[in-house]
Amino acid sequence: MAEGVAVRAENLTRRFGEVVAVDHVSFQIREGEIWGLLGPNGAGKSTTVRMLCGILEPTEGTAEVLGLDVRHHPEAVKERVGYMSQRFSLWGDLTVLENLEFYAGVYGLHGAEARRRVCEWLERAGLADRAGDLAATLPGGFRQRLALGCAVLHRPALLFLDEPTSGVDPLSRRDFWELIHSFAEEGTTVVVTTHAMDEAEHCDRLAFLYGGRIIAQGPPAEIKRTRMEGVVLEVQTDRPVEALRAVEGHPSVREAGLHGAALHVTVGAAEAASELLEFLQAQGVPVSGVLPAVPSLEDVFVSLVETLEGSR
Amino acid sequence: MNFRRLWSVVRKEVAQLRRDRRTLVTMLTLPVVQLVLYGYLNSEVLHQPTAVWDQSASAESRAFLAALENTRYFSVRYRVRNLREMESLLDAGRAKVGVVVPRDYGERVRTGRAASLLVVVDASDATSARVLLQVAQALGVRISQDLQVRALARRGQRPPPPPVEVRTRAWYNPDLRSQVFIVPGVLGAVMQFVTTFLTLGTIVRERELGTFEQLVVTPVRPAELMLGKLLPLVGLAYFNLTFILLVAWAWFGVTVKGSWVLLYVLTFAFFFSSLGLGTLISTVSRTFLQAAQLAQAILLPSILLSGFLFPRESLPPFLQYVGLAIPLTYYVTVIRGIYIKGVGLEHLWPQVLALLALGIVVFGAAIVRFQKKLD
Repeated sequence: MAEGVAVRAENLTRRFGEVVAVDHVSFQIREGEIWGLLGPNGAGKSTTVRMLCGILEPTEGTAEVLGLDVRHHPEAVKERVGYMSQRFSLWGDLTVLENLEFYAGVYGLHGAEARRRVCEWLERAGLADRAGDLAATLPGGFRQRLALGCAVLHRPALLFLDEPTSGVDPLSRRDFWELIHSFAEEGTTVVVTTHAMDEAEHCDRLAFLYGGRIIAQGPPAEIKRTRMEGVVLEVQTDRPVEALRAVEGHPSVREAGLHGAALHVTVGAAEAASELLEFLQAQGVPVSGVLPAVPSLEDVFVSLVETLEGSR
Repeated sequence: MNFRRLWSVVRKEVAQLRRDRRTLVTMLTLPVVQLVLYGYLNSEVLHQPTAVWDQSASAESRAFLAALENTRYFSVRYRVRNLREMESLLDAGRAKVGVVVPRDYGERVRTGRAASLLVVVDASDATSARVLLQVAQALGVRISQDLQVRALARRGQRPPPPPVEVRTRAWYNPDLRSQVFIVPGVLGAVMQFVTTFLTLGTIVRERELGTFEQLVVTPVRPAELMLGKLLPLVGLAYFNLTFILLVAWAWFGVTVKGSWVLLYVLTFAFFFSSLGLGTLISTVSRTFLQAAQLAQAILLPSILLSGFLFPRESLPPFLQYVGLAIPLTYYVTVIRGIYIKGVGLEHLWPQVLALLALGIVVFGAAIVRFQKKLD
């Protein structure tokens, strides 16, 4: 294994019959980083992760996980990685404690060591008071932290989280990301798939997956700086919806979308700002300013997809 | 095979089974219901409602009707005064048998002349009609013999010995109690049902829950997972076997003639193949409902073709062959052998071998199928 590389994928491909779910993707994941796989539903994120976990055989290409070829040593890979699926696969008719004890056992932990780690997790995840509750009775956030516990009890060097925050309230979501960051600080490599662009900001580096292909990868800041086609302007207004409707017809606007309380507009060049301001004022929309803005990941993603679709 | 992982699976399954009250209650009530139902539901054709037109109204005709009722096959319910009345009772299905005694019956019997009677049977159900006709005919033969013997005795003579005498002995079940035959059969059928029913969910439930995917990423091996799921079920099935044996003894007074130990040991061969069959169904099904339907499709013929109710020998050869693929077929022989005849392995080894071979085939198929599905 090359120094500091947790995962190395080369031309990784998976076909299901005629459908190419993952199409020759190549990437490297460094040890101890949080690596995000970003893309819409059906882009091939879960399929990629499943191949890396050793539960789905690649049709083509190679993947080395923690120095092990997933095609030849899937069982050895399984022992060293943790995986949490998007459905938080727990047994509702087992208690919190029983769920954790089961996974401790199948990962080969036993006796005092197993008990200690289970207790540690109950404390760390705030589940101690609920240890005897049936998993089916837990609210979403607790279920998620329990599922995470089941995946990390054996202290994997590499942790896969497939859509970990789907169906979880924002507060639990924040707690969850705190846990993820603490893992990374302890040296665990974390691979997260998500379709939520705001969550991708938590990642050290990420890859955009679209139609089974990686269309951009790198640190979020770098992607925003280098991969944005055109310029993003922020329209400061009290009536963003009205403004959105107005700018959509303007010829120099490539893309427009609400971004929090403001409106993000993608244009060809920064010079369009004053033109746009005048245009909006002429339309009777109260606008306090139109300024160049740092593009969000969503802006970049949308522009990348537009460019891609346009070139086809 | 890692025993620590296996043990984790066993513990998980036991915890889940313990909370599954519905399954546990079914396991306890189903055998009792089946035993009682089948135990009383037997193939004998007793107490058939009979309509009588007794034109003779003599001591002799009354004696004949009394003898008819004494066979327990007939029960005189209606007295009619003409043929039309009798016909309408048979048409309506209220009577299954009609008896017509002619006016001169008593007179003829008294004077030693040939007398005749008419017994009409509703033969819509051919099987029971056949039995009733035979019983009525046999009764006629017996009464005739009695009359001859009495006539000879009056003249101080002894009847000549019959040219051919068929002596019969009922072995193993001398009292001819149908329950002795039925109860062990029901035991086998119930065990077949229970084991299949228990294993149906093993794989497909995890798949439906989405926990299967999570299990697949752990280092647990398919064999450990299967064995860990089946061991608690074997325990439960043995508990159930014991329970049925106790009910059979307490309710019907049917006891095991042979070795209990052998019964328990050989039952394992049956569990091996029937649990394997259930597991195979569970691995090929996408949903629990599908598994349940598939199991139905297999269990129903297994009841009919196994010989648990009807003798297999009377089936056409093709269906007999089909029956050979069903674990219950062999188990019924094993269990009746030990239970009723008290025989041992010296007679039962072919069945045991067949059960083991069947088990290897279905389990092999289940494991192959299971591993494919991991991909």
